[in-house]
Order: sequence, then structure tokens, then C-alpha cells
Amino acid sequence: MKRSKLFILTGALLVAAMLLAACPAAVPAEAPASDSAAEESAMADEVIEIEYWQYNFAARVDAMNQLIAQFEEANPNIKVVHNADIPYAEFRDKIAASVPAGVGPDVATLFYGWQSVWIDSGYLVPLPEDAFPPAMVAEKFSPMVQASFVEGTLYTLPTAVRALALFYNRDLMEAAGLDPDSPPATLDELRDQAVACTQRDDDGKLVVQGFVADPSAQDHHWFREVLVRQFGGVPYTDDYSEVLYNDEAGMQAWNYLLAFHTDLATGDRDLFDGSTNAFVGGHVCFHVDGSFRLGTIAKNSPEMNFGVAELPSHNGVKSTFGSYWTHGLTKKAAADQARFDAAVKFLQFITSADAGALWVDIVGELPAQLEAGSNPELLADEKLGAFAAGLEYSHATFFADESQQRQAIIDSFDMVVLTDEDPATALQIAADTDQEVLDDFWSSR
Amino acid sequence: MRLTLHQRQIIWAYIFMSVALVFFVVIRWYPTILAFNVSFRDWNVFEGSGPWVGLENYQEIWQDAGKPRSSVTAAFSNTVRYVLFGVPSQLVLALAIALLLAQIRRLSAVFRVAYFAPYVTSAVAVAFVWNWLYQPETGLINQGLDLVGLPQQPFTKSPAQALPSITAVAVWQNLGFAVIIFLAGIQQIPGHYYEAARIDGANAWQLFWRITLPLLNPIIVYLTVLGTISYLRLFALVQNMSPQGTGGPLKSTTTVVLEVYREGFSSYKMGYAGALTVLLFFLILLITIIQLRFFSRRVEY
Repeated sequence: MKRSKLFILTGALLVAAMLLAACPAAVPAEAPASDSAAEESAMADEVIEIEYWQYNFAARVDAMNQLIAQFEEANPNIKVVHNADIPYAEFRDKIAASVPAGVGPDVATLFYGWQSVWIDSGYLVPLPEDAFPPAMVAEKFSPMVQASFVEGTLYTLPTAVRALALFYNRDLMEAAGLDPDSPPATLDELRDQAVACTQRDDDGKLVVQGFVADPSAQDHHWFREVLVRQFGGVPYTDDYSEVLYNDEAGMQAWNYLLAFHTDLATGDRDLFDGSTNAFVGGHVCFHVDGSFRLGTIAKNSPEMNFGVAELPSHNGVKSTFGSYWTHGLTKKAAADQARFDAAVKFLQFITSADAGALWVDIVGELPAQLEAGSNPELLADEKLGAFAAGLEYSHATFFADESQQRQAIIDSFDMVVLTDEDPATALQIAADTDQEVLDDFWSSR
Repeated sequence: MRLTLHQRQIIWAYIFMSVALVFFVVIRWYPTILAFNVSFRDWNVFEGSGPWVGLENYQEIWQDAGKPRSSVTAAFSNTVRYVLFGVPSQLVLALAIALLLAQIRRLSAVFRVAYFAPYVTSAVAVAFVWNWLYQPETGLINQGLDLVGLPQQPFTKSPAQALPSITAVAVWQNLGFAVIIFLAGIQQIPGHYYEAARIDGANAWQLFWRITLPLLNPIIVYLTVLGTISYLRLFALVQNMSPQGTGGPLKSTTTVVLEVYREGFSSYKMGYAGALTVLLFFLILLITIIQLRFFSRRVEY
């Protein structure tokens, strides 16, 4: 009998324990958060711990670890916990899941195109103007960083920025009888050289692809911010509230991009799972991509003999698409003054010109501050020079919802190449879809 | 208080079952109820709350469904197509294989393992392997087509072929489970029914239609219901086999669950995603009730 009582007791305890363990899931997030906030302000004189999150990318993790070490040495009363264990694909999910759980970062790194969604959902707080005066940002940072102002308020700031440039495979050019020392400088040259570089076997199958039009890689950016401008148009109104690329200039740009797949048939983005893989694998002559691809190539095809040139110009117009991973302060940081101050200090440090200079050496992204970005040594760099040169004429699209706006271009491209839709109709559909996303965003503000 | 042995057994039964109950309440029911709640709110994922907006999310879905090239409409119609293509082919193939497996003695264990292995393999791994097989030009299937002189096929790259291509993988993956259940059912049919029928002069075709199939009815119903539910919730294969996991090309493979995921975790529209989830819940409930009501009939000999 005693034994069975013991059993019942253990059983009951077990059930109770499980119920207890399950409880925190049901408790609102506020309770634990405010507890720990009170605790932390009580020990303001002591070490303040802030949390920093970014997605997992070896070079970035390494660079940030070095910056944190420097920062902690200069600020012994602040400790930065660095969480970079989250794979890129899960980063947004984990951020979303962390908040209701009452944990998560004080300073988070996000793609600039996600800003609107994060700001709209109340996750990011404005950067304090005394620490980050708008005039300072306008003067010292690359012009594309203006995309971090939403209705005049600055929400995030980057360490580094990226631009697009033209990658070219020197060996394939040489094999096709082209001069690898004079890669295409204009859109017409790009078209002609891509045609000359394309090789097919006896069955008509592509062996070497001259140029692969692939909007799901970087070409949707190339279309909007580069081609449209070069054919004399503008992609959006200045405040990015209205789509303008569905005009005559946009149509010419659209046809220029489509022709690589349709009329010229210099490539097929379905081979090798997209243009990027195909270029890194050594099957493509010319490819539009960002500086971040240098690392991919160094890792996967270290033997590849390639060069990087500025994006081809047209009608004398130079343009490139700029983008950046940027750092924001979260509402978790804002909940506690001492921690917020520490987070502001940390953000100032990692967005400094020195931090940018360290970043370019390790990650290969260009410093966001012009002073470091216009460094002559960098401009002369064989690979990075072309990207650095692009910074002064770069445009960063302000995205209301990057994934949906990107999908609009991809879908319209697919309509033409997969279902023989009329290119003009397809472009109009892209513009309508894009406009709807923008209207949705601006009407809710 | 003195309890009889029987009472003590009952108490023990409840204690053991309560562990499972706690699991269901916390892991299954609580999130389900929460999803209903979220679907009526303008839920902010970062605040874990949001104002009550009544049926607004549902109205938005209804409006979106009316737009041209709507993702919602594509998601629901694709989901139904996955069920219509997937469930019957899975049942017919599984039954055929089970009937063959029931005939053989040698190596039958090897075949069972071979058919069951895909079922216990992660959908993501399956998706990767099939992506390679479906690859244009370099993929094994297209090279095989080349070899026998047939034209290459785009498979998942074409809006027309993508959905059937992914359905085929889902069928291949789920086949093993259905085969094993069918085998168990076939082996339960008493041998003397067949003997008696043969004495009466029935041929193999009649044996199958008059004895095997009717007696397998409960199993067919069971597999239909489970299969339908699994196709209605299709996600991992589509997420990993469509370009960039978007349910493309041109929304031709997207499913309701994929849209829930994209709305919730890429656009952070949790209320909208919650409302889609609730609609899917009722769709599954409705279809299951209909299936159980119309397909279940007792067969006795």
C-alpha cells in the first residue's frame, strides 16, 4: 500500500510539474520582461548586458566578434552578447518568435528592405536624433542610406553597403575570342558580347551561357534601379509611393532584359538552378551580382579566372543598385533606459568609419561611410574597385515589402517566358501588383 | 479511504492518460484556440497582441480571392488539386503493390523496406533528391528521356507540370505507409472466403471485386481520410521544390499552408495567416465528415 501511495504521489507530482512547465507559454510576455528590466536598472552602475543578433554568415560573425571585442574594451561596463547562430532562412521567423517569448535582441541586424515591415509592426524604435543627427547621416553616409529614413525619421544605420557590378569569366571570354581586358562597358556591348560568348552543342543545347536573365537573382534590382534609369525613365516617384516603370522607358528596359532569354537566347535561368550558381560553376560569361558574391566564389570556385567591372552604362547614364544590411534598435532595448543608452553607444561604434574599414577587409562589403568608401586603395582594388566606384551613383529602392515587390517582377518575367504573355501586359501586371503593395503600406500610415 | 482494486486501476489509467492529455492541451489545443483568437485580431507578432477586428481578416481574404492572379485562390484551388491527383493515385498504386507483395514469399521483407523507406525520410531530403532528378538537361530523368529519344521536360520549372511533378513525389513518399496498411488488411481476410468462392467457380477478377475490395473498405476509408488530410496540409515539399520556396512558378504549386507561412512569417500578417488557418481547419473538417459519412459502410459475409 505504501508503495502505491508513493507511486500516486510521484504521478501527481509529475503531472503538476508538466503543467507548470507548460505554463510560461500561456503567460503574457510582459511579465518576465519588466521583471528583468527592473533588475537591470537597479544595477545600472554595474555591467549592463545587451544582446545583438545577426544571421549566420561566417565572415560577418568574425567581423562582428572583433568589433565587439574592441567595443567592450573601450566600454568595460557594457557586455554585448552576440547571437549569430540563426541561419539566414530562419532569421525573420526567430525574431518573430523571440518577442512573445520575452527574449531577443536589443540591437538587431536586418536587410534594409525589411525595415518597413519591422517598423510597421512596432519592432524597431527611431534612432535618437542627438546621437544620430540626420544632417550627419546625410553628409557622411553613402546616399543610399537615405532609404533608412521613413517619413523623415531615421530607424536604422549600416556598417557596410553593397552595390551591383558586372562579373565576367575571363577564360570563357578568351575561348570565345573576346578580349578579357575589355569587358562590356555599355549595354550594347554587353548584348553583343553575350551573344558572341554563347556556345551550343550539336543538339542546340547551351554549353556556355553568355548572359542569363534571372530576376530571382539580382536582375529585378538591375531592371528597376539601373536599366529603367538608363533608358530614360525612373522606377518610382522620389518618395517611392508610386510605380513609374510601366512607361516607354520601362518597356525598353524590360525588353532589353527579356531579350537575353527570348530573342537572343544567351542563357536559361532554369539550368544549374539560376544564374548565380551557373556563374559560380563556370558556365556563364557575364553576370550581374553584388560584392557579397566575391566570398561565395572564393569559397566554391577559388580557381575561377574572373574579373569585375562597373555595370555597363547606356545613353551615358551610369547607375547601380545599392543595398545594405542595417542595424536597428528594438523595443526591447527601449524598454529600459540604461540598456537603451548602452545599445545606442554600441550602434554608434559599429556604424563608425573605422568599423566600416574593418568590415571591408573581412566581409568584402564596402564601408557605409563615404570617407572610408572613397579610400583610393579601395577604389584601385581589382575586385572591389568596381563596387566602390558605384557607390556614388547607386540607388537603393525603398521597399514596402521586399519579397512581394520582388515576386511581382519574377512573376511577370515568368508570364512572358513560360506562358507567352505579351511583354507589355506582363510589365503592366508587375506595376499594378507592385503599386498595390505600396498602396497597402502607405494607406496604413 | 479504501479503494477497490478496480477503482485503483481506473485512477491509474487516468493518471497515465493525463500525461498525454497535458501534451495535447498545451501543444495542440492551446495553439489551435489561439489561432482562432488571432484570426479575429489585427495581431502584431512583435507585441503578442492586437485589437479585435472581428471578421476583417476574413473579409480581406474574400476580397483578395476576388482579385486577378490571387495567391489565395491559387492556394485553395491548388490544394484541392493536390488532393484530387494525390489521394486516388496513392490508393490505387498502394493497393496494386500490396496485392503483389501479398503474393510473394521470397524477399518480401526487402520490398517492404524499400517501399516504406521514403515514408520515414525527411521531406526536405526527399525534395532535394527529386530536385536533382527533375533538373533540366543534367537531371537523371531528363537524361533518361534523352537516351530513349523523347523530348526533355521542364517538370517543376513549368506552371503546367510543376503541380503534378510535386504530387508525384508526395505520392512516392506516402506510398509505403499505405502499402503496409493494405498488406495488413489483405492478410486479415480469411482464406476460406477465397476457397469457397473458387469452388463456386469464381475467377481471380471476381475474387478481387467481390471479396478483397469490399473487405478492405474500412482500410480504404481510413487511408482516404488520412491521405486527404495530409495532402490538404502539404507544405514541406512545395516549400523546398518550388523556386525560392514561393509556390511558383506563377503560383502554380502554392498551397494554403504555404500561404499561411508566407503571410505570417514573411509579411508578419498574423491575423490574416490565422484566418487562413481557420478556413483550412474548417475545410479539412468538412471534407473529413463527408468522407466518413459517405464512404463508411460495414461489409459482412
